[in-house]
Amino acid sequence: MHVLIPSALLSYTGRSQIEAEGATLAELLADLDRRFPGLRFRMIDEQDRPRPHIRLFVNGEQTFDLAHPLRSTDRLDIVQALSGG
Amino acid sequence: MKTKGKKSVVRQPKSKSRAPSRPAPKSRFLLLVATRKGAWLYHSDAARKTWKVNGPHFLGQIINHLVLDPRDGKTLLAAAKTGHLGPILYRSTNLGKTWQEAERPPAFAKVPEGEKGRAVDHTFWLTPAHANEPGVWYAGTSPQGLFRSEDGGNTWTPFSYINDDPQYRQWMGSVQDGTPDGPKLHSILIDPRDPKHLYFAMSGGGVHESTDGGGTFRTLLDGMDAVFDPANVAFHDPHCIRMCPTNPDRLYQQNHCGIYRLDRPSDQWVRIGRNLPKRISDIGFPIVVHPRDASTAWVFPMDGRMVWPRTSPEGKPAAYVTRNAGKSWQRLDVGFPKEQAWWTVKRQAMTADRLDPVGLYLGTTGGELWMGRDEGKRWTLLARHLPEIYSLETAELS
Repeated sequence: MHVLIPSALLSYTGRSQIEAEGATLAELLADLDRRFPGLRFRMIDEQDRPRPHIRLFVNGEQTFDLAHPLRSTDRLDIVQALSGG
Repeated sequence: MKTKGKKSVVRQPKSKSRAPSRPAPKSRFLLLVATRKGAWLYHSDAARKTWKVNGPHFLGQIINHLVLDPRDGKTLLAAAKTGHLGPILYRSTNLGKTWQEAERPPAFAKVPEGEKGRAVDHTFWLTPAHANEPGVWYAGTSPQGLFRSEDGGNTWTPFSYINDDPQYRQWMGSVQDGTPDGPKLHSILIDPRDPKHLYFAMSGGGVHESTDGGGTFRTLLDGMDAVFDPANVAFHDPHCIRMCPTNPDRLYQQNHCGIYRLDRPSDQWVRIGRNLPKRISDIGFPIVVHPRDASTAWVFPMDGRMVWPRTSPEGKPAAYVTRNAGKSWQRLDVGFPKEQAWWTVKRQAMTADRLDPVGLYLGTTGGELWMGRDEGKRWTLLARHLPEIYSLETAELS
């Protein structure tokens, strides 16, 4: 499925638009972390919670649930909130 | 991730006084500057007159601490965090030419389903372990956590039991008890005579000691004041503790509530800051000890009245030195602005080298880098327009 990577994490992926796999958000993030080591921990903390200022949108709908099911035709937008200085 | 910095040359003004001639020193000298927006390395030699700046490294990232491993003289660890991403540690084994991310940075243990566990917001403090434990490091985090690496900072695990111990969790308090940007575990000290003898401090949460390599810890609070209820460990707020290199049984502490000295085997901290002028007070963040004289220490007092401006008292910055273990203090402000200088120095942003004469260094909340020549007798500006400086460390290179 199609994944949008925020600019702050481009040092890991090199591209803002990539493809990834997973039946759930958790599996997809694991796939990303396998291919880009360290990426997951920058977005998800050790208690498996999205970090503050990280927003996950599946087909435009925000979710905080890593068990959220995914289909191969879905789109995930990982957005880093632009708040703060 | 690979990043490189830029180099430029900074020349210091020639001294007007005639110093006795000495043989040209051979060693190289490094000043490591960690800031709110990146890190810079300042290269010099033992004369410390000409500086080459290398940076920025990690532009835009918050670097809380940047430390060179004194045991191998080449491994650098940088504790980093961007504003909106999780924390990371960077490692370099070539003095910053290239950097690699730590594979497993400090992180708390995952808690069972249904419980609310903690997450490391950032690594705040880095300490290389004992000289006999090459590659071993300790880290203190925010929220308070103690971690250890045995592979040069590449992977980290919780150290000892305190991160999840119910009593320690109670002593760590809540975010309401911590500093404005989060409670911190800091001042991890290793006794050079015994790798199993450790100290650490927490803001808030007091001072703690282990003599069995972390198997057990005990509090070390006698004699320390707290803003409210000294009987409550969570309310103790040590800002910075240093161990004297030539006398590891002597510790100095800059606390939220004053300056203290501890001489082991006593467990009683003695408040030595009351000998500072009353209008200055003994509130501040950093404390620095002389590399060879355990009776000499420096502080940088801060305005801690009313709303805690955290600026220089009266807008007139000055360091103070004691040369008699706190019986008396002398003001060191030659070279600093005489007025309208509203900055201060964070707890890790003041340090001393080990050369002769000792040079002091401080980095300000206003992004200025100062050197105190001849043990602080005269201050000169090394750099300005840096971001807010979070920490300074020095290193001598062969």
